[in-house]
Amino acid sequence: MSSAGAGGKKEETAMLRLFTVKAYRNYIIVWAALLVLTFITWRVSFIPLGLLNVTVAMIIASLKASLVALFFMHLRYENKLVWAFALFPLGFLSLIIFGTLVDVFYRG
Amino acid sequence: MMQETAFEQPASRGYLAEKGFRSWALTLDHKRIGVMYLCTTLLFFLVGGMLGLLIRLKLMYPGEQLLSNHAYNVIFTLHGAMMIFLFIIPGIPAGLGNFFIPLLIGARDVAFPRLNILSYWVFVSGILVILGTLVSPMDTGWTFYTPYSATTGAAVTALSFGLFLVGMASILTGLNFVVTIHKLRAPGMSWNRLPLFIWGMYATSIINVLATPVIGITFLLLACERLFGVAFFDPTKGGDPLLFQHFFWFYSHPVVYVMILPAMGVISEIIPVFSRKPIFGYWAIAYSSLAIAFIGFLVWGHHMFVSGMSTVAGVIFSFLTFFVAIPTGVKVFNWIATMYKGSISLDSPMLYALTFIFLFIIGGLTGPFLGALGTDVRLHDTYFLVAHFHYTMMGGTVMGLFAGLHYWFPKMTGRMLNEKLAKIAWFFIFIGFNVTFFTMFILGMEGMPRRWAQYPPRLQPLHIVSTVGSWILAVGVAVMFANFIRNIFKGDPAPANPWRGLTLEWRTPSPPDTENFEEIPVIKDWPYGYGKKTGAKND
Amino acid sequence: MTEEHPQHGESPEAVFETAKLGLWTFLATEILLFGGLFTSYIVYRLRYPDLFHAQYQYLNRTLGLVNTVILITSSLTMALAIAAIRRGRQWVSRLCLVLTIMFALGFLGVKYVEWTEDFSRGLYPGTNMFFSLYFMMTGLHGLHVVAGICVLSAVLVMSCRGRFSEQYATPVEISGLYWHFVDLVWIYLFPLLYLVG
Repeated sequence: MSSAGAGGKKEETAMLRLFTVKAYRNYIIVWAALLVLTFITWRVSFIPLGLLNVTVAMIIASLKASLVALFFMHLRYENKLVWAFALFPLGFLSLIIFGTLVDVFYRG
Repeated sequence: MMQETAFEQPASRGYLAEKGFRSWALTLDHKRIGVMYLCTTLLFFLVGGMLGLLIRLKLMYPGEQLLSNHAYNVIFTLHGAMMIFLFIIPGIPAGLGNFFIPLLIGARDVAFPRLNILSYWVFVSGILVILGTLVSPMDTGWTFYTPYSATTGAAVTALSFGLFLVGMASILTGLNFVVTIHKLRAPGMSWNRLPLFIWGMYATSIINVLATPVIGITFLLLACERLFGVAFFDPTKGGDPLLFQHFFWFYSHPVVYVMILPAMGVISEIIPVFSRKPIFGYWAIAYSSLAIAFIGFLVWGHHMFVSGMSTVAGVIFSFLTFFVAIPTGVKVFNWIATMYKGSISLDSPMLYALTFIFLFIIGGLTGPFLGALGTDVRLHDTYFLVAHFHYTMMGGTVMGLFAGLHYWFPKMTGRMLNEKLAKIAWFFIFIGFNVTFFTMFILGMEGMPRRWAQYPPRLQPLHIVSTVGSWILAVGVAVMFANFIRNIFKGDPAPANPWRGLTLEWRTPSPPDTENFEEIPVIKDWPYGYGKKTGAKND
Repeated sequence: MTEEHPQHGESPEAVFETAKLGLWTFLATEILLFGGLFTSYIVYRLRYPDLFHAQYQYLNRTLGLVNTVILITSSLTMALAIAAIRRGRQWVSRLCLVLTIMFALGFLGVKYVEWTEDFSRGLYPGTNMFFSLYFMMTGLHGLHVVAGICVLSAVLVMSCRGRFSEQYATPVEISGLYWHFVDLVWIYLFPLLYLVG
């Protein structure tokens, strides 16, 4: 039951085992992508786009978050149960935001 | 009911055998942790109950008699906070849940035993902080609304931290249970063979995990407003006191389902056993637990109809509120259908289960009066509301707890309760409860506001009736506890399965050994095959 | 040495799955904990757009960017630490854990600079709604960074004592999950507070 051994860069998926063993290179690529996205969101923030600024910033942030979740946190290789645990709370987060806003928006 | 011959002690002390403070304080055994939670929460039930008696005593007099107005505010705040946070929220889940979830699913313990004992001590440390605040006690009501709670001189900051810790304990327990139920079921214990108490606890634990953090951040924000002047709820800095209420109720409404779902689970276990019939509509009851949990998250604004919240939001929350009655009704009808043509035995667990159904129906049916926008304007924060939540929380959850305690007492202690005493206690509790709280519906409709220390003298007769009811109730509770305490030490030894139940806990000795099962059982049957030749499966 | 819960008598993989599920459940609670703050942010931003626009300019965007890069890199080193131990590379794993902790400390250092800068200009949590949000959100996040440092240090100690192997690296993996979550929260905090006033 040992791992990939001296291969190092060899990719192995979590079929036989329940822990994901990925090449170092995978993580470095994701890290680079994150830095690129950070740079993009930084530069865009200097351009006055009104409402679009927030939208773009949130889209980029969500892309970054997805990269971290999928690759660093191994969500990409997890089963449906783990996905459910990860996504379910987001639903409830939207609920509290939405419910509060329905009140706040329509006051007075 | 079978009884052993003249033994003084049960054959083995099982998980209770090992003695000494450390063996309890540092235990990893879910059964011991459950017992510790039960003892702690029941203690606060009694203390909170005595505060309740004090409230009723003071309210016999319409003026500022017996207690000053300020003292009265403190007393009802303590009564509410203690009952809710220190008794009823942890009560069945951390007590009976801890003890019985692993047994019912055929596991040796919960998924994270060390987290379990940690949760107990976090709970206790929260309690100690809360008790420390008694030097400068709260008079805000258990709902701690801002701006008063942010500005009053009482020890709100410390209380917030204490409650944060208590909430943390709930979260850890809920987390443990969710993972336990997913991962530690015995071979063959598929979801369709899961006892309904487990379904109820599963739904409860999901609520605990998702809702409690919101009250956590709310208390944190309250503390930070007092300490650092943050502006979230402070109108002088652009903050919104209603935001506090949104956050508070986003937790506190689902938490009432944390209170009731485990109790309903207990009832779903007891009714088939004492009707000798399979539960009617297993999947309906199972899914209704999940439905109640889900819908419970959608309706928190119905506590805020008269707070200044927008009417649009009010309409939406009111509309959604009615939906929670549907899965609730499903359960009630299914319990009744289970009993239909069953062979009913009115032992004390069943008595309390029937009481639960009766009182909870009343409590539940008075909900829509409050959930409807128009009538709520008249009834909000009157004694109608007080009666409603006592019928659901006490007539519901507490009766469910009592039912579970009577049902599982033999398993937990290895001894039987005195049935006669149990029935006498029940009688006083039933009469006392209804006299105390039904009167409050009338008081509310007559205009008696909630939390008022003084009231118009024309309402005094009703108040006196209610107070006398509280004394009858107190007698019943005292007799019940006397029964418990006496029989822990002197009760007749209990057989493994005194009620002839089919769920897994009855396959263990009374009391169970520390490892629960000698060998993890392989499950082949549905646990509700009563009265059938083969103990047949459903679905 | 490879099993965490001997009384379950289950395979190491099953025990690991259970621990993982436990951690994801804990992260669910954290989402709702921070969720209250994000909700408040949205409510007040919609109410006071001008205040936000005026106030966010007092924040040091460059330092915010630096912190973002620090945290993202710390997530990388954390992920590498896990990948290394799952290959049995003990020293690589320990090095990466050390780096992660150093980055975390660096993050706190930058935060310290930022906050003292703000205090010296009379900007406190009670000053106005924007700064209430700023200090609460970065403060709560900072507390989580501190907790993360404590956890990772404990894991480092365990690693140095030879507790981990290819078969058993559960504490490393689940503390990694926690650490990535801390990074995740900051990924949202950074633009919301520093970039889009």
